[in-house]
Amino acid sequence: MATVQDHLQSLMGNRVVETSGSSLSRETWRRLRSNRIALLGLGVIVFFVLVAIFAPWLAPHDPRATTWFDQIRPSSVPGPSAEHWFGLDESGRDLFSRILYGARASLVIGIVSLAIGASIGALFGLLAGAFGGWVDSVIMRVTDVMLAVPGLLLALSIAAVLGQSQMAVMIAVAVPNIPLFARLLRSSMLAERQKDYVSAATSVGLSRRPLVMSHILPNSLGPMIVQGTLALATAVIDAAALSFLGLGSADPGVPEWGRMLASAQRYLNVAPHLCIIPGLVIFVTVLGFNLFGEALREALDPKLRR
Amino acid sequence: MLKFILRRLLLLIPILIGLSFLLFIWVRALPGGPATALLGERATPERVAQVNAAYGFDRPVLEQYVKYLGRVSRLEFGQSITLRKDVTSELFRRFPATIELSVAAMMFAVCVGVPLGFAAAKRERTWVDNSAVVASLIGVSIPVFFLAQILKWIFALKLNWFPTIGRLQPTRELEHVTNFNVIDSILAWDMGALVDTLKHLILPGIALGTIPLAIIARITRASVLEVRNEDYVRTARAKGMSSGVVDRRHVLRNALLPIVTVVGLQTGLLLSGAVLTETVFAWGGIGQLISGAVLDKDYPIIQGGVLFLAVVFVLVNLTVDVLYAVIDPRIRVH
Repeated sequence: MATVQDHLQSLMGNRVVETSGSSLSRETWRRLRSNRIALLGLGVIVFFVLVAIFAPWLAPHDPRATTWFDQIRPSSVPGPSAEHWFGLDESGRDLFSRILYGARASLVIGIVSLAIGASIGALFGLLAGAFGGWVDSVIMRVTDVMLAVPGLLLALSIAAVLGQSQMAVMIAVAVPNIPLFARLLRSSMLAERQKDYVSAATSVGLSRRPLVMSHILPNSLGPMIVQGTLALATAVIDAAALSFLGLGSADPGVPEWGRMLASAQRYLNVAPHLCIIPGLVIFVTVLGFNLFGEALREALDPKLRR
Repeated sequence: MLKFILRRLLLLIPILIGLSFLLFIWVRALPGGPATALLGERATPERVAQVNAAYGFDRPVLEQYVKYLGRVSRLEFGQSITLRKDVTSELFRRFPATIELSVAAMMFAVCVGVPLGFAAAKRERTWVDNSAVVASLIGVSIPVFFLAQILKWIFALKLNWFPTIGRLQPTRELEHVTNFNVIDSILAWDMGALVDTLKHLILPGIALGTIPLAIIARITRASVLEVRNEDYVRTARAKGMSSGVVDRRHVLRNALLPIVTVVGLQTGLLLSGAVLTETVFAWGGIGQLISGAVLDKDYPIIQGGVLFLAVVFVLVNLTVDVLYAVIDPRIRVH
């Protein structure tokens, strides 16, 4: 290699030649790094992940302890103060600690449910895209039916069957993602199939399995990654929505952002902080995923590559 | 055109069959089996056995499915457990409230979203554009149930401009002919009631309309940007047409296609977003009915409500497809 590079360098007048080339992932990363919005989004995501991981060390109080219940009146719930940064909640618990612990439920449920939904969806998409024919038809008709029910309603009816638990919410939020990812991977695989390198690989006698697994599939993953980040935003909102509607954990002591907003409703006039703080936290988390997803979409878009 | 519509209608059949199959599985997956879907969780074993025999839930699965299809196609979802009312008539009674809210939300979204997206595209890469892009990102990131409460807190509780909940002041008498309060108050020629209805519609309409607004603004912006650089737009300008005419006749009209699609898709989605908004504003439509039913485990309502909204969703999408073909004759050929 060294001799070739030296030779090239001499040809080009001692300029350094980058022989490693610029792979899609490397270039994407380079563009993301120079995009302030992407970094902002990533920063928000990392921040909340750290909060979720270190909640027990960061939280000043036990999120379940109703220590300050004697300060709660129907006409007043103490707001933010030096001792309780986010104030107390309607049961006399420290809201700041509850928000920190709530990050665990929200992020874990969001990420796990998306992982389940996206991987099952991708599997179906892969089958449809790789085999075509009746396999494709059957899978696509099933996704048609699933897409006929608006996502949140589908999640709601699944959670209603499974009962009150965080596991139920995960599954419920995962299922509406299956048809989305199945269709996405299938269509990007179909588009990839038309390309010259696939005909080239077929013409040199590459069989279907390695062709699909090591050529078509890796090249079709870009849209999946973008959709995955954006779908995480939706998954966090949907999980919070189900918890808002009363479908989260059966134990009311477990801190969940969505449920906090539900119980805030009765105190909206006397203690708006009960609504504003958890609401803003959900909003910022979701915004983080959306900002990063949008930037990723731009970075991966081949039309914008220079 | 008629052929196109007919073909699209035929395509509905497999989807509806699939939906009913999905619901059939759902009913069988309920804790306590399909009898729970009719009786609720706290039914006595005798009642369960009675229902199992009457509805043939002890028969082979295929036979059950056929029977089930029959019941669903006759819209028989049984009695609500908590309300003690027939599910189907309750759904139809409440549906106008949900439509009224969705229409209000969509009007808000279109009337603000399209001009916003258009203005952003016209002034690409200026502060107008940047703030429209940021606003639409905020719009899609804010949870409906949070926005709804914030609006209620500021404009209803603090400023007292709008009522907090419901569709009409409880003291007001209005004869419910169609259950659309706007139409009913016009029919009764009661201007007070009409104003009252509209006042009740504003906050929930804005809350529910914000996400579609953000998405419509984005699509409008992207689609106008694309059309703006087309040859025919340049030609029209070169002919000396005023820019207002070019915008209206050439740019906006051709940019309209993706906008119509997204408006249609979002209209369908509003119906599910309504579950959250209606809950915050105690709206009394199907959304609130379903969210209450989920908590009470009122399975007949959930089953009927979800199927009902899914069918409406599919029909709205079908209408959009047809509308699409009306706007763009090229679609009909394919």
